[in-house]
Amino acid sequence: MGLKQNLHKLKEKYKGKKMAPAFNAIHTFLYLPNEITHNGTHIKGADDLKRTMNTVIMALVPCLIFGIFNAGYQYHLATGEIAQATGFFSPEFWSMANFSLGAWIVLPLVVVSYVVGLAVEFIFAVIKGHEVEEGYLVTGMLVPLIVPVDIPLWMLAVAVIFGVVIGKEVFGGTGMNILNPALTIRAFLFFAYPTWMSGDKVWVHDARERADLIADGATNIDAISGETILGSLAQNKAFDYDIMNMFFGMIPGSVGETSTLLILLGALFLIFTKIGSWRIMVSAIAGALVMGLIFNGVVDQGWIGEGSKFYSLMDTKFWHHLLIGGLAFGIVYMATDPVTASQTNKGKWIYGFLIGFISVMIRVFNPAYPEGVMLAILLMNVFAPTIDHYVLQGNIKRRAKRLKVKTA
Amino acid sequence: MGLLSKKDAKLILDPLADDNPITIQVLGICSALAITAQLKASIVMSISVIFVMGMGNVVISLMRNIIPSKIRIIVQLVVVATLVIIVDQVLKAFSYQLSKELGAFIGLIITNCIIMGRFEAFALGNGIWRSFLDGIGNALGYGVILIIVGFFRELLGSGTLLGFPVLGDPIKKSGVYSIGYENNGFMLLAPMALIVVGIIIWVQRSRNKALIEEH
Repeated sequence: MGLKQNLHKLKEKYKGKKMAPAFNAIHTFLYLPNEITHNGTHIKGADDLKRTMNTVIMALVPCLIFGIFNAGYQYHLATGEIAQATGFFSPEFWSMANFSLGAWIVLPLVVVSYVVGLAVEFIFAVIKGHEVEEGYLVTGMLVPLIVPVDIPLWMLAVAVIFGVVIGKEVFGGTGMNILNPALTIRAFLFFAYPTWMSGDKVWVHDARERADLIADGATNIDAISGETILGSLAQNKAFDYDIMNMFFGMIPGSVGETSTLLILLGALFLIFTKIGSWRIMVSAIAGALVMGLIFNGVVDQGWIGEGSKFYSLMDTKFWHHLLIGGLAFGIVYMATDPVTASQTNKGKWIYGFLIGFISVMIRVFNPAYPEGVMLAILLMNVFAPTIDHYVLQGNIKRRAKRLKVKTA
Repeated sequence: MGLLSKKDAKLILDPLADDNPITIQVLGICSALAITAQLKASIVMSISVIFVMGMGNVVISLMRNIIPSKIRIIVQLVVVATLVIIVDQVLKAFSYQLSKELGAFIGLIITNCIIMGRFEAFALGNGIWRSFLDGIGNALGYGVILIIVGFFRELLGSGTLLGFPVLGDPIKKSGVYSIGYENNGFMLLAPMALIVVGIIIWVQRSRNKALIEEH
């Protein structure tokens, strides 16, 4: 007797009892349900919630694998064990040493995210007596990709509990949430434990611990650090990454957001499978470019001198904004979240454009929040229903007018 | 019955739970968010509001038959402003440091919706004793929530209670900090106070289903 039969038996045994949703969830996660409908004709769509979620996870896997290598690479680069990678297929980057160290750092984040998040989902499903929803599958994969490598696991767990309960369950669970849960979790971490989420000691494994040891008087270790490009720009500091490094993603940053190349591939995959909205992605990129161009123009006009604290960020070429920081990742994987984005097509253009526009604006004007895309998406999440409302009202008015003209 | 009749006791007890000004009527939120980062400030604020509301309700109740109804809001404002200035001056005289911490928020008791609400809804139509009890009751209901929120925000945000380091020393890494615990900076920000109030409302309504509104 296979696992499927066993699970089915368990399911039957617990039918109608309090723990039923928990067993049902495991069963439907692994297999097709045993019951089929008996009466009438039914057309079964293959693109159910489970399939949708799995597609997004598939699009995320390259970012995760790259993030694992990058975590190891950044550490070995900072300690001086290896030279800077020269191309995308550079053996310095894709080495076993990088992978094993990276996996040691990153996989616990993934495990904690999923175990804690799903535990909360199961508890709520049992209390409320409804089926466990698949909503956390994608969130659980996004969370480890948007945090720094060395975030303590208990902080991640606290943030996941907060994000799932306050960001999602209080609104009624999957499909009802106003804010993107993954970003709620990151925002919580960012405001609750800022010293673990920003600065030049959090993006490279072990940097913070070494700094602490050196502060305690240790002399046999070297300090290492790695500032993100946005962080360097905000302090008007120089950095030594060229465009190719930025595009391939061999730069310090949150685990999975550095590689614009792989994010681009993920975006094409999401658009091809019609899971992600190309309208939001295109308009968000447009918004970021427009804001970047405005800032470039301000610098070109000479309105902002080199002495200004905004100079480096404003002077960054407008299209570089798409390569550095989490903007690309946010646009592709989080702005397109079908639950929290605008639902109307016209609304999607407005929603996406403003995300890109505001992200770059926050980046430049508030160096304390270098990752503007998180705040921009959360802000626009809140406004998405309003945008939809006015798009609908506009449509109704236009059609009412047309009707009047016809009947008059 | 002892000191209070059943009807009078209701005036005190109802606002503490099932008719709480903050969690049920959702009034007076601004100060509940602004000054609850420290437990001490929450307690002082609660005491101030208890004084202002108790006295204010009595004064308004005394004058209720001579206040022209057209200008009653202005009269109410004058009464509450007078009382708030007394509180402010007392704080400045006896606890200057605390007065500075609370800053404008003592002055802003004047605009606390709960106070104006009780003047309008109760003191203008009831006798002195009952108005006094109603004022104290509502202020206590407000204070209870403030103190609960202040307790959690100070404990989780700063690791202290009333200024005493109950969780250990974050700099010397003693107590729970030695195993890697860190203070939650988000707790010190006003949005988290709103979330804590929200959680209190959630807990209260899931314990007493009668409080859930129908749509």
